[in-house]
Amino acid sequence: MRYHAPSSVAEAVRLAAGATGITRFLSGGTDVLVQLRAGMVTPDDLIDLKKIPGLREITRTPDGGWRIGAAVSGAEMGRHAALCSDWPGVVEGMRLVGSTQVQGRATLAGNLCNGSPAADSVPGMVAAGARVVVTGPAGTREVAVEEIPAGPGKTRLKPGEMIEAVLLPPRGAQGGDAYLRFIPRTEMDIAVVGVGVSLTLEGGKVAAARVAIGAVAPTVLLVPEAAKAIIGTTLDDAAIAALADAVRAAATPISDKRGTAEFRKDVVGVLAGRAARIAHDRAKGAAK
Amino acid sequence: MAKDETQGFRLIGTRPDRPDGLDKVTGRARYGADISAPGMLHAAVVRSPHAHARIVKIDASKALALPGVKAVITRADLPTGLTGEDWNLQENTLAGEKALYDGHAVAAVAATTKLIAQDAAKLVEVTYEVLPHVTDVDAAMAAGAPVIRAGTADHSVPEGMHPNVVKYIDFGHGDVEAGFAAADLVRAQSYKTEATHQGYIEPHACMAQMGSDDRGEMWVCTQGHWYIRRMSAAVLGVDASKLRVTPSEIGGGFGGKTTIFMEPLALALSKKAGGRPVKLVMSRSEVLRATGPTASASMDVKLGMKKDGTLTAAKVMFRMQGGPYIGSSPVGEALSCALACYDVPNVMHEGYEVLANRPKAAAYRAPGSPMAAFAVESLLDEMCRELGLDPLKVRLKNAAREGTKSSYGPTYNRIGLVESLEATMAHKNLLAPLGPNQGRGVASGFWFNHGGETSVSLAIGEDGTVTVSVGTPDIGGSRASIALMTGECLGIPYEKVRVNVVETGALGVNEPTHGSRATFASGLAAVEAARQAMAEMCRRAAAEWDIDPEAVEWRDGAAHPAGPNAGKFPPMSIAEIGAKMGGSGGPISGHHEVTAGGFGASFGVHVVDVEVDPETGRTTVLRYLVVQDAGRAIHPAYVEGQYQGGAAQGIGWALNEEYVYGADGRLQNTVFLDYRIPVASDLPMIDTVIVEVPNPGHPYGVRGVGETGITPPLPALANAIHAATGARLRSLPMSPPKVLAAIKAKAGG
Ligand SMILES: Cc1cc2nc3c(=O)[nH]c(=O)nc-3n(C[C@H](O)[C@H](O)[C@H](O)COP(=O)(O)OP(=O)(O)OC[C@H]3O[C@@H](n4cnc5c(N)ncnc54)[C@H](O)[C@@H]3O)c2cc1C
Repeated sequence: MRYHAPSSVAEAVRLAAGATGITRFLSGGTDVLVQLRAGMVTPDDLIDLKKIPGLREITRTPDGGWRIGAAVSGAEMGRHAALCSDWPGVVEGMRLVGSTQVQGRATLAGNLCNGSPAADSVPGMVAAGARVVVTGPAGTREVAVEEIPAGPGKTRLKPGEMIEAVLLPPRGAQGGDAYLRFIPRTEMDIAVVGVGVSLTLEGGKVAAARVAIGAVAPTVLLVPEAAKAIIGTTLDDAAIAALADAVRAAATPISDKRGTAEFRKDVVGVLAGRAARIAHDRAKGAAK
Repeated sequence: MAKDETQGFRLIGTRPDRPDGLDKVTGRARYGADISAPGMLHAAVVRSPHAHARIVKIDASKALALPGVKAVITRADLPTGLTGEDWNLQENTLAGEKALYDGHAVAAVAATTKLIAQDAAKLVEVTYEVLPHVTDVDAAMAAGAPVIRAGTADHSVPEGMHPNVVKYIDFGHGDVEAGFAAADLVRAQSYKTEATHQGYIEPHACMAQMGSDDRGEMWVCTQGHWYIRRMSAAVLGVDASKLRVTPSEIGGGFGGKTTIFMEPLALALSKKAGGRPVKLVMSRSEVLRATGPTASASMDVKLGMKKDGTLTAAKVMFRMQGGPYIGSSPVGEALSCALACYDVPNVMHEGYEVLANRPKAAAYRAPGSPMAAFAVESLLDEMCRELGLDPLKVRLKNAAREGTKSSYGPTYNRIGLVESLEATMAHKNLLAPLGPNQGRGVASGFWFNHGGETSVSLAIGEDGTVTVSVGTPDIGGSRASIALMTGECLGIPYEKVRVNVVETGALGVNEPTHGSRATFASGLAAVEAARQAMAEMCRRAAAEWDIDPEAVEWRDGAAHPAGPNAGKFPPMSIAEIGAKMGGSGGPISGHHEVTAGGFGASFGVHVVDVEVDPETGRTTVLRYLVVQDAGRAIHPAYVEGQYQGGAAQGIGWALNEEYVYGADGRLQNTVFLDYRIPVASDLPMIDTVIVEVPNPGHPYGVRGVGETGITPPLPALANAIHAATGARLRSLPMSPPKVLAAIKAKAGG
């Protein structure tokens, strides 16, 4: 196994493009190193991204959104007051990952590229309309987060491509987001169901919304019908019920050791309603 | 021996730091995997990926060809002709004709590095003929179930049962039918519990060395090194005295480390590799797949009750599987514990042990008692509700007390169930208001405790400090407790006593730290040893003062003339006696060995408040109270720790822990991510009340405290969830999908 610590994105991409065996980018390593230790994946080339200048920074973009470097940890996001104030749902999704120790390392990019359908930060990012900056041998492109996962453990990144940063749009006035997951315990568990909701209000009604669900399909899903169910409403009980029906209809869960399909379908509806209410409260400024 | 001093102790009842504490928090403590030796090899085990399969052929040639590989062993390397439990142990250590469960060891490899050993294990080619399997206890008894090992059943099993049913037990007293006829309410229900693992943090680990002369040494993480020695010797066909076994510090055992799983493999590999030491450390997955969890159970209970709550009759029928060998399930203990809390005139117990394609069960904290309590205490709660009676008052009305003929036969000595119930009823947690979706559950529990074979030595140092050698590994703070008792007895400070857990060559045979016996039995023996040394020190003083030894008494760590008539001599301290002992007759020591009887049962009562999310079925434990009789709490902090630990494990068992098998019979949740023991944030601070009804069979009144605490949580949680939701769960775990389904079924029907 070869360990590389490139000092630029270009160099990292060059190393990745030139590698012939099993290659892994190393952000926090909280998936890569665990899989290595468990004998699941033993990379030939390990390309550490943490030493690349800028990759550990959170910066405001000219349009008022955010750029979160690919190697920024969950703990760093949690300490960033302005980011937390704009996108509490995105941050809380990331902050649910692992424990204090894991938080010191784990990243959004790693969570996304590990490709788990249950990845906790992904529904929040999708709901927020986040995009990722992807750089590869053919240059740099911007892609919506929901376009990255291809199935359990798989992404649509091309060979040699890496994520440089996650971009969040400007939050704007009267916007709020939230992420909720269901686990039987309180921490150190994998989401049995996850739901991210982001919405904006206008004149007391939901003007725009995005709803994403996790752990109930092979990838995190953006559910436009769920958004439609609440747009134009005051998020009354009927809207919440329609939202629940929409996410349940979109979910195609499996039964496994972590929960039954029936349970997942039930609970995804419950959590969607609860997450929407939290996002709504946050949009009203009640509990940002 | 009885001595009921309720006050006046100097040390007993205080909470000094534990002597092993600094080593543990600084990382200096040496656990099973922390030892290495020059020339040491590392081992890896080849395990069956099938729940049930005939082993057609094992070809190790590719593994042996890998550079660095020094030895491969299979069952062919072990002696033949073993019988009974020795055969079971050998078969479980290394499969013979058949692999009997997913994870069953079939071969083992030793190599110069752990990575090479692991690679070599993958190169051992095993040809299997896969057989049908069964993992559920009821399915294993049913007609047509695959036969795991024909001819295993003993003579107790009635004609016509499936060959997987290997043992039948029945006992009782009174006339249950007359008892049911005299009842105002008779109810019967069936219950199921899943297997759970002890979940100790430290995986099994050992380092062993054995030469061609069969002399061997082993360093091992265990609750009982004489058991390891005896069992390893039996499996390998060598004399027990050829092996010398030293226990490491231990990161949890809970019963699961009272037996062998892979220790003989390390010895056999070492012998085959020319006597080089071999280290063998299990991964978490190996621990979950191949070491002993507790049994899974299917149970029927029938109770008769008068309108005032008086129990008139009780009948239980338990079916338990403990893996593929006879004698591993705790069905006998479960039956004996089932009704032990109550004074019921008419009781009948029946039980079956059943084989299944699961790992060989090991002891787990009060083996059998938690399952039994789940069934009996749940039904009792249902009947109290139906009759509108207070469940604690009903428990008090029927409580076993001194002189009660127990449900399992013997008549109780002094016990503390009534005192525990009264302390519970007076506790402030019972007054806490409950909100919507919240409910309170109560349950009682019991464990016999144990005495057992015990050998302890004590020696006075040249400076008057004291060393105690015990054979019971310290899991829960027993070194601190034994130092407190020894210091109390000799009248010297706690810090002047060092207690060491010593190897098999240093003492007579000791049973493991099991049955909640270490503080009771090693403590009792240490006190007797101290009294011997004390008598000898009085003799030395008498000789120097030239007076009669009877005229010398021991107090405050020194010999004193017994009265004015004995003469006027200044006290002679233990330090002075120690300094002079070489010239006054030689080393001074004490020794006591005994199969300790006189142990006293411990009863407990738990009260839990929960909130259940009606839309997800998720249970949050809001408040938890443990009240239990300790006899006497030598070191109260460690008693409280046992109460809290037992409750935490019981809560895990009740809510989320389970063995999840796929249709292929393979265990699916082989890491802690998916084998869901509670994490710290799942639990509130567990409140404890130590009741002290001294055990007359111990010099300071000690009862065991380690096990009872895991028993009541299972039914207490079920009763609380019922109170919160109206849904009655009769199968564990009460995981969110099951609770949600039960809530919906209730709403629908
Ligand atoms: C104890 C523990 C608890 C956990 N709990 C949770 C949890 O609750 N919820 C949850 O969702 N996850 C959990 N995880 C999984 C893991 O922590 C998260 O997925 C984490 O976000 C991964 O981030 P990382 O930076 O550590 O990724 P890494 O391990 O560094 O990488 C993960 C994958 O992404 C690829 N990768 C990393 N960075 C890039 C990049 N910039 N561009 C392209 N590919 C990249 C890697 O090659 C690898 O395939 C847990 C892990 C542990 C060990």
